[in-house]
Amino acid sequence: FKIDSATNRMVLGPGVMSVLSPFDEYAVEAALRIKDKQPAKITALSLGANLQREVVKKPLSMGADALVLLDDEAFAGGDSWSTAYALAMAIRKIGSYDLILCGRQASDWDAGLVGSGIAEILGLPCVTVAKKIEVANGKARVERVVSDGYEVVETPLPALVTVSNELGQARYPTIKGIMTAKKIEPVVWKPADIGVDPAQIGAAGRKTNLLKLFQPVREGKCEVIGGQTPEEAGANLAVKLREAKLL
Amino acid sequence: MAEYKGVLVFGEAGNGKLAAITAELLGGARKLANDLGAPLSAVFVGSEVKGLAQEAIAFGADKVYVVDNPILKDYQTDAYLLAMEKVVGQVLPQVVLMGQTAIGRDLAPRFAFRLKTTATMDCVDLAIDPASKRLLQTKPVYGGNTHGVFTSATDPQVATVRAKTMTPLLHNPSRQGETIDIKVDIDPAVVKAKFVQKVAQAVEGIRLEDARVVVSGGRGIGGADGFKPLEEVAKLLKGAVGASRPACDNGWVPDVRLIGLTGKIIGPELYLAVGISGSSQHMAGCSTAKNIVAINKDPEANIIKQARYCVIGDWRRVLPAFTAKLKELLAS
Ligand SMILES: Cc1cc2nc3c(=O)[nH]c(=O)nc-3n(C[C@H](O)[C@H](O)[C@H](O)COP(=O)(O)OP(=O)(O)OC[C@H]3O[C@@H](n4cnc5c(N)ncnc54)[C@H](O)[C@@H]3O)c2cc1C
Ligand SMILES: Nc1ncnc2c1ncn2[C@@H]1O[C@H](COP(=O)(O)O)[C@@H](O)[C@H]1O
Repeated sequence: FKIDSATNRMVLGPGVMSVLSPFDEYAVEAALRIKDKQPAKITALSLGANLQREVVKKPLSMGADALVLLDDEAFAGGDSWSTAYALAMAIRKIGSYDLILCGRQASDWDAGLVGSGIAEILGLPCVTVAKKIEVANGKARVERVVSDGYEVVETPLPALVTVSNELGQARYPTIKGIMTAKKIEPVVWKPADIGVDPAQIGAAGRKTNLLKLFQPVREGKCEVIGGQTPEEAGANLAVKLREAKLL
Repeated sequence: MAEYKGVLVFGEAGNGKLAAITAELLGGARKLANDLGAPLSAVFVGSEVKGLAQEAIAFGADKVYVVDNPILKDYQTDAYLLAMEKVVGQVLPQVVLMGQTAIGRDLAPRFAFRLKTTATMDCVDLAIDPASKRLLQTKPVYGGNTHGVFTSATDPQVATVRAKTMTPLLHNPSRQGETIDIKVDIDPAVVKAKFVQKVAQAVEGIRLEDARVVVSGGRGIGGADGFKPLEEVAKLLKGAVGASRPACDNGWVPDVRLIGLTGKIIGPELYLAVGISGSSQHMAGCSTAKNIVAINKDPEANIIKQARYCVIGDWRRVLPAFTAKLKELLAS
């Protein structure tokens, strides 16, 4: 049994501290829970430019077995299309896999496109926003979160599943895990290694344009309801809401 | 290359009726179609969904396409994908809009990749650029702190739209339009990921999406017991109880109560947030509430900046007095 998790996304937040995208930690956790129950090999896959090793190694310190990096300037500045295409080509090169796990959405663009994109490019069935994944007899049984509960979906393997936080807390790296991760050398692939068309990766492969970013204005006019004591303030709030015809 | 023209809305049903999101989409799409000088159509994919066609027309559609097939009764990606491929191949719309719903967020990305085009997910504003006539797609990024405006280089331009961000037209039952059946044969063998069953997590009382009043608790509530007083307030005001992510993750309330980017999007008259800091991810789910009221002990909390009224204090002391006064006022 073998699992690949197409996870990890570099996020340069405003504080310029890179972290693993939170949903990708859940994807790693989902893979580890499968491995807790049966023999499995977990490969983590990250795409970016100048990927920081401490960040992309986190899945290894959590318990993944191997790390493949698509690390090259040519991969930078892409959109969901160019990212999914390059990841799919890398997965094709990895060759044998039963399950590809992604986060439901990355915490930069909150897109939620790359997982389905990889599945479409590889021609795999795909289940999105999973909270539980059980693997047995060449099939995955997935609980998919919907607004008023969940749906149970069954898919043959290989398949792609995107993972949501309802899965439950991801485990923390152990000291032993961190030590093991230190010893594992990531495999680094350049565009030529995975046979991609250079015009379709990174910024060159974009199909979407970002015209502008802006901060939405907020009203910021809050009336503070006070009182001698918190109790009085509470009562005053009820009176105020009544006056404003909100009750 | 085929000529893409017009706007197509992917319609959904909710409890056998037209889903609120579909009416909202039609309202927003009507304006886009007018600006493009092109027709607005809707499509319903499902089993026994034909009855919804006239409703879509009443809310602004010119043409409604219906793909009715028993295999489409429950949502299954592979089957819906085939249906949409066929419809879009025939209609050739320039813009395809879906709701950011359990179906839309699964179907739109795969559909876009299949048609070798893009999808922009969870848009809160759409407009036609007067110069290029391309669709300007505005969506929150980085958890909602910032908004980005995107365009797509390829047709059809696919976007999903967040609930409550567009306004439906007035329902006009005498509006005229055309309904067209499209037959799609779906070989059950192509449906690889199969729907097995739906497990509804029943929540008591009014649905969050429908409630006029929502009382929400966050990490500051401290435990499952702390939600009892919130439930009491919600009951008094005929509202529903919501929660932030830590309250759900800690198991104080079920996940279906989650409000926010990854939970429910609501727009009630009154949103009472107790012990919630107002993170951008949480606000993504309630920023269209008409009135936000916060009870928080931290005067610097972000929720205070978003609220119309607030009380700065410990909810354990503020809320019981609020509730007592509320009862008194409601009785008088
Ligand atoms: C990709 C992503 C998606 C997410 N999606 C969501 C989502 O959909 N919904 C969501 O809610 N979160 C979401 N989150 C989490 C989000 O970032 C915040 O962590 C979360 O909303 C914080 O919840 P909170 O306000 O309850 O907790 P905190 O931020 O810890 O705030 C607790 C508040 O309670 C106040 N407080 C404490 N004790 C008292 C008291 N006794 N009386 C009065 N006030 C008190 C404190 O002053 C504080 O303001 C998401 C995060 C990520 C990364
Ligand atoms: N650069 C990347 N490297 C590895 N995985 C990625 C990358 N970008 C996106 N993904 C995966 O795709 C998921 C969805 O991303 P997105 O469509 O960008 O929201 C993420 O949670 C990751 O699992």
